[in-house]
Amino acid sequence: MADVVVRDLRVPARRGQLSLQKFARRKSTIAFLMALPLIVIIACLVIYPAFYSIHLATLNKSMTKFVGFGNFEFLFRRSTFWMVVEQSLLFAITAVIFKAVVGFIVAHFVHNLPAQGQRKWRGMLLIPWVIPPAMSTLAWLWLFDPSYSAFNWVFAHLGISPVAWLGNPYWARFCVILVNVWVGSPFFMIMYLAALKSVPEQLHEAAAIDGANWLQKIWYINLPMMRNIIQITALFSLIVTFANFDIVKILTNGGPVDQTHVFATWAFTLAIWGNDIPLGASVSLFMAPILAIAAFFILRNVRRRGNEA
Amino acid sequence: MTTATAQATAGQLGGVRYGSISRGRRRALFWSYFFLILFVIFFLTPPVYMFITSLKSSAEISAATNPWWVYHPTLANYIDLLTQNQFLIFFRNSAIVSICVVSITMVVSIFAAFALARMRFWGSATLATGVFLTYLIPESLLFIPLFKTFAYIHDKTGIELINHWWVLIILYPTLTVPFATWLMIGYFSSIPKELDEAALIDGAGYIQMLMRIFIPVAIPGIIAAMIFTFTVSWANFLYPLAFTTSADQLVLPVGIVTTLIRGDVYAWGQIMTGALLGAAPPLIIYAFLMDYYISGLTAGATKG
Amino acid sequence: MAQVALRKIVKTFDRTPAVQGIDLDISDREFIVLVGPSGCGKSTTLRMIAGLEEATSGEIYIGDQLVNDVPPKDRDIAMVFQNYALYPHMTVFENMSFGLRLKKFPKPEIRERVQAAARILDITDLLDRRPKQLSGGQRQRVAMGRAIVRNPKVFLFDEPLSNLDAKLRVQMRTEIKKIHQTVTTTTVYVTHDQVEAMTLADRVVIMNGGRIDQIGTPHEVYHSPQTQFVAGFIGSPTMNFLPCRLVQNGSGLTVRLSDWLSFPVPSSREARYRPRVGHELIFGLRPEHFREGRGEVPPGSAAFEARLDVVEPMGMETMVYFVVDGVEVCGRVDPVAAGNVGEPMRLIADLNQMHLIDPRTELVI
Repeated sequence: MADVVVRDLRVPARRGQLSLQKFARRKSTIAFLMALPLIVIIACLVIYPAFYSIHLATLNKSMTKFVGFGNFEFLFRRSTFWMVVEQSLLFAITAVIFKAVVGFIVAHFVHNLPAQGQRKWRGMLLIPWVIPPAMSTLAWLWLFDPSYSAFNWVFAHLGISPVAWLGNPYWARFCVILVNVWVGSPFFMIMYLAALKSVPEQLHEAAAIDGANWLQKIWYINLPMMRNIIQITALFSLIVTFANFDIVKILTNGGPVDQTHVFATWAFTLAIWGNDIPLGASVSLFMAPILAIAAFFILRNVRRRGNEA
Repeated sequence: MTTATAQATAGQLGGVRYGSISRGRRRALFWSYFFLILFVIFFLTPPVYMFITSLKSSAEISAATNPWWVYHPTLANYIDLLTQNQFLIFFRNSAIVSICVVSITMVVSIFAAFALARMRFWGSATLATGVFLTYLIPESLLFIPLFKTFAYIHDKTGIELINHWWVLIILYPTLTVPFATWLMIGYFSSIPKELDEAALIDGAGYIQMLMRIFIPVAIPGIIAAMIFTFTVSWANFLYPLAFTTSADQLVLPVGIVTTLIRGDVYAWGQIMTGALLGAAPPLIIYAFLMDYYISGLTAGATKG
Repeated sequence: MAQVALRKIVKTFDRTPAVQGIDLDISDREFIVLVGPSGCGKSTTLRMIAGLEEATSGEIYIGDQLVNDVPPKDRDIAMVFQNYALYPHMTVFENMSFGLRLKKFPKPEIRERVQAAARILDITDLLDRRPKQLSGGQRQRVAMGRAIVRNPKVFLFDEPLSNLDAKLRVQMRTEIKKIHQTVTTTTVYVTHDQVEAMTLADRVVIMNGGRIDQIGTPHEVYHSPQTQFVAGFIGSPTMNFLPCRLVQNGSGLTVRLSDWLSFPVPSSREARYRPRVGHELIFGLRPEHFREGRGEVPPGSAAFEARLDVVEPMGMETMVYFVVDGVEVCGRVDPVAAGNVGEPMRLIADLNQMHLIDPRTELVI
């Protein structure tokens, strides 16, 4: 056996064989092969569907013929569509603003605590983020139940009349935003806390000597130095909140009277339950431009952070 | 050497008040705790309420007594759910899907991250950015074309891809691999290049470098990525809702929502129990591995 | 401008005492340097004057005001930190004007003050830059500018030059001294570098283990140290310490260092040392007071020969080392006259500069 191996090595291989072996051993080839599964997954399950979705949006309901912009024209004429646009934007922007504010405030309070205690509080405050949103939305659904709402029970004892949490369109929208904020604030808190910790304590001391009180310290030092993280987190959250499905689906299923539908849930309803896949695809495509703009800004901010560091 | 300081002391009649600066800090601490308690109440009310409800019999629930207190605690809901086959099937499906997805994701993302972080090849920079961007394409955009694609494949080849829970194993990696890769790229990039060079001189090939050096050093990042992948797989709702319909094919989140709500009758005791049990695995992982969890979150966005 | 007074200041962290009783009076416009090894409590003392730490007991006065309860922002002080602590997201101008902007000073006055300070520090062309575009020395100047602009009662410096390279440090030292001549605010300056202390201070406060060992002008602490620590801390290279015995020799006293080396005590010291005859003491003499032994021996000095162990040519002078009973002694000689390693060399010790230290109390006699 050894003889054979030795002899093989000593015999010069044919030119073609040698270069094939060399090619296989080249760093860039190995690297490419390592990255191949990733590329395959992204190509087949992300890029292809994304483009296919555009194609689907141009078909008629039974997907037999090409109707070009027909689906889009149909949508533009439906008032429900414009409600969905307005609601999606409303939820996303309002929820992100509140999440950022709550996260900012809570992060500062936690940062104020002595170091050992921070861990416990941080642990408790992150729980809404850890629980699967579908599960926690069920809890909120139960809390908002028309007959058994625990909140209404408390209101009754305080002499306040019961609220039709999910039955009234305005309250329903409030509830969707509330649950969104509940689920997402911990994420903001954690990010902001990490950013707060990277602000050197000496800057606060210098500001104290310069005459700043706690509010001025936050405004003049913390806020500007956290600006990058604030922007990146907000943009991330905007994308995620904008495309959110679970919360609306479970809490209100788009109701009452389609007043809480967002792109994701309405596309689902149209495509799966209404059996109109092209229409559903058209609806979900409307998310693309907003997502693209947000993605652009994120990329720019991330690059800028990389250069600053 | 010493200047006359009589004038300094003459003006003071009273003594010094010690601790007023630390008293100010203590006041700040009091308010911090006060508001934090309020926020904790806000954040923990739903899970606590889930727990309270899960201990109630349906009789007690419909009796509409104090919803915030259990008068006759019972484990009936838990026993029902855990002995009924259905719930256990959901749990099993979820568990298998999640574990498989974690394995696939980690293998794909570690290799890809190593390639992108360490080895320059044509298009690697674009690919890295592309990975980051795919994370931003939401599932609510992709599920429709994927649904149609799977239906099409069924028509053409007879392979049934809809309504099987294992289809999710193919689908979930889209959501988990981009972020996990990005996370690993961050961790791998922070390993000093001198380690590579020392290993190369010692005669290691690339695979060996990956196995013996990078993976051991980046274990915290790997754990964080695994936790993230597991949590996302476990909690996913949209894909299973769209792609699985028969009761025995459902995963936990969808199972709880759909089967326990029959028409207009909501078995809330069971629903809350199911929801709590469904939330348990991520919560347990979180309780034990909180630091990895958090480092995964912050590393993702701050490592740029 | 104001005086600063510290009375019986004690600071304990958890159960570790960092400062164990400090009494200090600083006159108006004085430049005082707190110097000592790390952990001696000098930074803690400075931070207590600033109000960043609270005194466990004792009183702090700035001007005539008792300031223990007063938070830093109301003490009318300015501080220059070791790491400069410049606000990275503000320009130099904004950094320097921050304190004034907080107090809502009118814009023209802010601009005037900043320009004036920038002129003193020679940073007028940097006003629009950000800290990350500046070098270490420039950042340090901006930090000082921020302090000057406030026109406070007291300047506090916390090891401001430690982060600069050696050459820059020397340069900035001179600048600080010049600035103090222009802006004559009372200054408390903390450093671990005794050269900085000696060159900058009107008076030096040497601290050790949370206590003040000695307060004095640079001349005083150099020539008349009161404790062994001060004697060894001030001066570079450090003073030589040799165990010795004080013996009576005829009508005078002799310091017996070893079998082969004894020095006569100058008559001016006899009265002071007489009570200690027969005791085991520590003999201290600075390297610069061991010189090459050429020519005649001046009064109060003594000549001797020693075999050189190590010779270090420094250019301007040469350090020679010789051993006395196992202790290495350092002397500074003219490079031309330096001997060779292993060979005996004639040296002269200027005993007018000698010190005797009681080993039990570590005090200079």
